[in-house]
Amino acid sequence: MKSTYRALYIFAISLAAALAAILLGAVVLEILGKDPLAVYKVILTEPLKDLFGLTEISVRMVPLILVALGIAISFRSGILNIGAEGQIQMGVIAAAAAAIYLPPLPKIVILPLVLVAGALAGAIWASIAGWLKAKLNVSELLSTVMLNYIAAQLYGFLLRGPMIDPAELQVGSGTPQSVRLPKAAWIDRIIPGMRLHYGFVIAIVLAILVYVFLWRTKWGYALRAAGAGPKAARYGGIKVETCLIAAMALAGAFAGLAGAIEVTGLHRRAIEGISSGYGFSGIVVALFGGLHPAGIVPSAFFFGLLLIGADMTQRIMSVPANMVLVLQGAVILSIIAAKMLIADQYLFERFARMLEKRGRKAAGGKTKAGAGKAGAAKVDRRREQP
Amino acid sequence: MNNEPIHSLAVEGITKRFPGILACDSISLDVGEHEILAIVGENGAGKTTLMNILMGLYQPDEGKILINGREVHFRTPVDAYATGIGMVHQHFMLVPNLTVAENVLLGMREFQKFLWQDMEGVRKRIREISERYNLPVQPDAYIWQLSVGEQQRVELVKTLCLGARFLILDEPTSALTPQETDDLIALLKRMSSDLSIIFISHKLAEVTALSDRIAILRQGKVVYRGTTSGQSVSNLASLMTGHEVVLPCNECTGGSGETILEIRNLKVRSDRGFFALDGLSLSLQKGEILGLAGVSGNGQRELADALAGLRKVESGSILFRKKELANKSPRSIIEAGIGYIPEDRNEEGIVPPFNVRDNLILKDFRSKHFCKGPFFRFDETRQNAEELQKRFDIRCASLNVAAGSLSGGNIQKVILARELARKPEVLIAVYPTRGLDMGAEEFIHERLLELRSQGTAILLISEELDELLNLSDRIAVIFKGKILATMPTRETSKKKLGLLMAGISGEGAA
Repeated sequence: MKSTYRALYIFAISLAAALAAILLGAVVLEILGKDPLAVYKVILTEPLKDLFGLTEISVRMVPLILVALGIAISFRSGILNIGAEGQIQMGVIAAAAAAIYLPPLPKIVILPLVLVAGALAGAIWASIAGWLKAKLNVSELLSTVMLNYIAAQLYGFLLRGPMIDPAELQVGSGTPQSVRLPKAAWIDRIIPGMRLHYGFVIAIVLAILVYVFLWRTKWGYALRAAGAGPKAARYGGIKVETCLIAAMALAGAFAGLAGAIEVTGLHRRAIEGISSGYGFSGIVVALFGGLHPAGIVPSAFFFGLLLIGADMTQRIMSVPANMVLVLQGAVILSIIAAKMLIADQYLFERFARMLEKRGRKAAGGKTKAGAGKAGAAKVDRRREQP
Repeated sequence: MNNEPIHSLAVEGITKRFPGILACDSISLDVGEHEILAIVGENGAGKTTLMNILMGLYQPDEGKILINGREVHFRTPVDAYATGIGMVHQHFMLVPNLTVAENVLLGMREFQKFLWQDMEGVRKRIREISERYNLPVQPDAYIWQLSVGEQQRVELVKTLCLGARFLILDEPTSALTPQETDDLIALLKRMSSDLSIIFISHKLAEVTALSDRIAILRQGKVVYRGTTSGQSVSNLASLMTGHEVVLPCNECTGGSGETILEIRNLKVRSDRGFFALDGLSLSLQKGEILGLAGVSGNGQRELADALAGLRKVESGSILFRKKELANKSPRSIIEAGIGYIPEDRNEEGIVPPFNVRDNLILKDFRSKHFCKGPFFRFDETRQNAEELQKRFDIRCASLNVAAGSLSGGNIQKVILARELARKPEVLIAVYPTRGLDMGAEEFIHERLLELRSQGTAILLISEELDELLNLSDRIAVIFKGKILATMPTRETSKKKLGLLMAGISGEGAA
């Protein structure tokens, strides 16, 4: 009985949160002078109408899933990785460099090497923050954010200097980008004419592997224990500091891999702005997905939909695409609020009591005489007033 | 605030259901003016639920609350306070980095005016109360500077400042040292000339020393109501648990003479940097229980931490079967065969969000038995959990519930099950029954004695003299990081131990 109430309660709160997010967005749209309903319809349905929209959503899902998986590992292990943005950029650099500067090799050799280079670069970059936390107790929030700045500057410097496409210098346009990667280092596209590539398959397979790793292996157990109860983990013989560094390295590896796949699967050269905020959206995707792979994949789909939908509203309804950031913000706020409310035992108790009385009243109405029912209802209402 | 005196408080037919549990089953009680009613019962008997209903934290499903014969409805604790009922919770509700006066102010609307707080008024009220009831507190001391006993006094003062004329104390002695407990009982006796008190406890000695009348709850029902005088502790205990309680006793003098753990000249620093252990030496023999008596804060925690590898040893050695264990990693100490029941069972003994099954393998999750390569054998971990649940009578709705949601007694059973299943050669048990009810205490004592008879050496760190005298073969007394004396249990007494614990070496040292 109580569990039904619980489910109903969670459903009601989630519904209220979704409505609140929609309402908040609607206010902004109203101020912009657009019809909120029409805009929402475009955002939520237009991308799903054809193959192009669907494949573009999937293209966005790849980095979102990968980054979110890494975030889930780090958050579950008790260290908060805010540095995925920088780790993606390091992954792009390393993957591009490996593809460009390694001697010509067959695809089966070079592509894995390129991807591993990207993952490794992200892992090393993230481990700096992990090591600082484990050895010197430096807050990872501080170090990862600062490492983002350094990575961004390093990225910009390399694309404008050592790694710039020589053709850009000849022509004199000077666009900061690398040469095109050799074809052997490309991830193939799945459907001709669409940008969707096999990186999507990699992301889905890794989502399953992360689940197995975290919940089915002793390593995952150690990491989760270090995050859920560091004192107990230490007591149980787990080296919590090592776990922190390992978790951070894994999170960085996933972000680096996301970068490597973006460059080899989508852009095929390192360009400015390649990370396009995935490092931060990935955190939202991970939290929205309950820090669990089974939640992260659908949540990445939802945020991919929002991104593509925003593009389309810009074209169709001439609503600025930044509107989607407002919506994202509203969604995050309502999720946090909903989580607090769901955890509130007293509110739940009140809700359950309310439902119970409703139920009793309804049941009583069938058997009891009308006068008795009215009297009982009156008493109930009096006692319910806060 | 309504200042009508409370001549009587009664509950009639209170029933409260939780999923799967009838927490209170039509309970009726009454308390008169200037009376101390003790409510006694094991963990989970419904004491705290009943009090939460009285305070307006829960609404009863059935039944009513009567004050001076009139029915009242409390929707929040504010309603209860307005009527003059105040409660001191088992876990203190104080903000550590605020002063005493600031903590008292938190609940007092009349001293908080828009952007302005009448701190002088609060201090005055605190001084009045502390003089009237002889409860010395300093209004400007910070909570974190106070000992547990002093914090308890602050809680009392706070509740009284809020106008409580009817006090509910939920297991007020569970965190106190024996000396502080005696002080509190004397204090409450004095206060009862002015107030009515409900005293919740499962320590029967305190109950018989303090209360006028007694009500015993078992599984949500009142099984006994009556006057306290003339009731023996053992009689009350069997009413409380529903069966004869005989706390087991260590009959034979143990120890095979073979030393298994030898601690020499151990020096360990506390968190605050001074030497909490200052040249401590102790040896433990196979098949004995060595009780370590002492007022808490004399180095017990640091000793246990150092033995488990969780704290750095500055100098000295810990020899286990002649092998050095000082400054080894916790994992290698676990693997050497040393078990440890930690003081902090809620945060250190278990990973709170992990389920019972996962917590039962916390120390063995890497072993070949539970893992095939890196992957868990779920059949084995489940089987292990089911077996231990049966053997150690762990009561939980399912093995998949978070261990942190269990009651203290059941959490301790999870820890005990895990440690004992590993068949340790040495077991360090720190305050293993603190805050537990008699049933759980009896169970844990039996298991410890059983383990001892199988040849395990047990270092039992405790403040409860009865526990130490009942279980130990030998008793050592720790004071300021050193062992003052070690003696066979039969050559000692409560009085002698009490003096030693206070740092007074008896005729032996003189």
